[in-house]
Amino acid sequence: MKSLLDWLDHRTGIRSLTREALFENIPGGSRWRYVWGSTLTFTLFVQFITGVFLWMGYSASSGDAWESVNYIQNEMSGGWLLRGIHHWTAQFMPVLLLLHLMQVVIDGAYKAPREVNYWFGVLLLLLVLALSLTGYLLPWDQKGFWATKVATNLINLVPFIGPEMQKLVIGGSEYGHHTLTRFFALHAGVLPGLLVLLIVGHIYLFRRHGITPAEPKRKRDAYFWPDQVFKDVVACLAVMMVVMVVVFSAHGAHLGSPADPSEPFSAARPDWYFLFLFQFLKLPFFAGENEVWGAIYIPGIAVGLICLMPFIGRWKLGHVFNIGIIFVFLGGAGALTYLAKQEDVTGPNSATYLRGVLADTRDADRVTALAKARGIETTALSLLKDDPKTQGARLFAQHCASCHRYDGHDGLGVELPKAGTLAELQSRTTTLSRFASADAVHPEWLARKSATNEWQTVQSVLDEKTEGVFDVIAGIQLQEKQSAPDLKDFATQQWIRDLLDPDKYISARYFGGTTHRDGAMYKKFLNRKVRKYAADEREMLDAIAVALSAEAKLPSQVATDQTSVALIKQGIAYLEDDIGCIDCHAFGEPDPDADGPDLTGYGSRQWIIDFVKNPGHEKFYPENNDRMPAFGVKKILTDNEIGLIADWLRGDYYEPTTADQGH
Amino acid sequence: MTLGFRFFRKVENQEENQVELSESATADTQGDEIGEPVQERRGFIKFLCAFIGTLISVMPFGAGVWVYLDPLAKREDDDGDGFIKVTTLDAIPADGSPAKFSVVADKVDAWNRFTNVSIGAVYLRLVDGVPKALHTVCPHLGCFVDYRSGNNDFFCPCHNSNFKLDGSMVSGVSPRAMDPLEIRIRNKTEVWVKFQNFQPGHSHAVPVS
Repeated sequence: MKSLLDWLDHRTGIRSLTREALFENIPGGSRWRYVWGSTLTFTLFVQFITGVFLWMGYSASSGDAWESVNYIQNEMSGGWLLRGIHHWTAQFMPVLLLLHLMQVVIDGAYKAPREVNYWFGVLLLLLVLALSLTGYLLPWDQKGFWATKVATNLINLVPFIGPEMQKLVIGGSEYGHHTLTRFFALHAGVLPGLLVLLIVGHIYLFRRHGITPAEPKRKRDAYFWPDQVFKDVVACLAVMMVVMVVVFSAHGAHLGSPADPSEPFSAARPDWYFLFLFQFLKLPFFAGENEVWGAIYIPGIAVGLICLMPFIGRWKLGHVFNIGIIFVFLGGAGALTYLAKQEDVTGPNSATYLRGVLADTRDADRVTALAKARGIETTALSLLKDDPKTQGARLFAQHCASCHRYDGHDGLGVELPKAGTLAELQSRTTTLSRFASADAVHPEWLARKSATNEWQTVQSVLDEKTEGVFDVIAGIQLQEKQSAPDLKDFATQQWIRDLLDPDKYISARYFGGTTHRDGAMYKKFLNRKVRKYAADEREMLDAIAVALSAEAKLPSQVATDQTSVALIKQGIAYLEDDIGCIDCHAFGEPDPDADGPDLTGYGSRQWIIDFVKNPGHEKFYPENNDRMPAFGVKKILTDNEIGLIADWLRGDYYEPTTADQGH
Repeated sequence: MTLGFRFFRKVENQEENQVELSESATADTQGDEIGEPVQERRGFIKFLCAFIGTLISVMPFGAGVWVYLDPLAKREDDDGDGFIKVTTLDAIPADGSPAKFSVVADKVDAWNRFTNVSIGAVYLRLVDGVPKALHTVCPHLGCFVDYRSGNNDFFCPCHNSNFKLDGSMVSGVSPRAMDPLEIRIRNKTEVWVKFQNFQPGHSHAVPVS
């Protein structure tokens, strides 16, 4: 063995190299405060390793990026761990960089003869930030897409060549494949390459000039090996452990829903260490054409000032000035970061922002579940666009919710865990909770006492101070008053039962806001007859509800419909004879004299589609249609879109079982 | 192991011999053609080295830069008049509130041609029965502007710019009002919009080419 080493040493000089590396003199002996540089080198090493492995699973194109990241995260064994380590280490690096920089400035380690090394360090800091920025886009989720759009639009402000530069950075005039290929080449090739060069230079120069000893020296000089090395590895272990704890508690890293240029994203934010710049640009001073100052000149001057520190430090008070500058920058950035966060959770747009975060998580979970169950034929985005649960709700919100409601909201409200007491609801609305808790509630969202149907803002529920259990949704009160039925659970047995209740029929939940409250159904049937029904007649009405609901063939009622065959048969008999619904409605066969909607196949997919296409059709409301547009006939919605709404209302879409959800 | 040992030693000896040889050669033949280099004026050779060195570096780098600059050479191919059918008049809310519509068109993304995909969105609203279109993208830095039904206004969730329904600024940092888009009504009810993106951050709208 020794001869092998001798041979190797003779050919390479490895022994002297190792000796030089390990027996570096440390004036004043090893100290914990010298560990930051090593922890940074270590985190970079972690990023290189995890990055290369992620690379093996990543595909940089707009149709593949999200899909491949989702596959790494959710399908590949250990993928969540790998991605988690890469993501969370990147989150800690700016902190370590900052500590390292502060230490260098405070100890005056930037002074002669270490100026060049200091500049290498500043460049390294900028490179790491550039790595973060380019990495943020690569998953191609809504968050990365919209945030990076802002960042690349800033390039547009560069005087004279801005638009051309922007085009080169994003690889064209629109975001697309080449934005990803270019960002990926930067993230995995150019920037790491430069980083390695600079790090080698940084460490070489550091060794050339030696460590800047912290005065006073407490002990005698010592070698780097093994005391300082031991402290360094312990510090690296601590960093790794912190990362691991976060990775395990977050189960990897969050992946948002796939990027969609046509879908708003109210929670577009850069990563936390860029929030101060983001907030900086909100200052009124940088309005309009002054923006270039906030985006380019002032940050440029700040970096310039940091670079000039070795020269400023030569003056009598220069060093103190430099330390002051660093603290001013740090304090300013810290305050801006805090303001940005605070505005997001309590500011005028916070209700929308927080809902945007929740909605994105909901969509992300949904598309992940769909991808797992069905595989991705084209893109993940098209899975969402073809998914009734997602797209049906969006279309409902856009086209139907100005009159109708879905469980009191526009269809896009995100259901939150119930609040057991008023106090719990109150505690979930606090600023602290909104900062930190996933169950946080915004006062502008909607709440109601469970088992009632009266949604109001959370704030007004809190003001009322009546105790109870509360349903909460992240949804915003709509401006238009509800003027058509709430279609949650449409055509279910309970929905029809309530429809046949005279008081409920004329309530806002059903036809209270429409002309039908004065129609024959209410006046001649519900009000005149049903109100006086005896118990046996009410039972008949109940059987009709079951029979009519069976017409819908709802996926949620398959089992009940099967066990209620006899009751359904009876209900049909009541409908046709005893109660006489067919006096006004057609059932089983067309009836040109009917003036109420055809009850054949009531609530079925085809029935809903036909109705939405043309509510004024002779099958439905030939004479008494109240304001509902003929969405199909007037080409407001395509057949496919109407189908998505129908499937969504019927709950006819894929829903993962608990077994599917397991990791 | 023994074999390996010998092998190493042998090579080692050879090398030592060579070193000795060159040392003695230097001593004996100083000033001759063989031996230590003598500083001479070799201006032309030095120039050639620099020239060739630059040339061979520029060739691969130049090819790369040429390809990298490709986006600057590409112009959007404008098929037709740029108008895209977005919706029908009936789909725009009658009460004058704006509604968001996806703009669906064919899109070329590098090597892919996609048919019927959303390439963006517009807000449409009726002003005295006449449809008006606004781009959904904030002229500040390109975020998606939200319509807030509660306040009946537009609000950019990124840097808080606030616009009236006609797109004009109320408050905030945006350098200009929301970008209006040209509209044409075809076949009586079809709403066609000239959909184009504008460079953000400037006080006047410059189309992205």
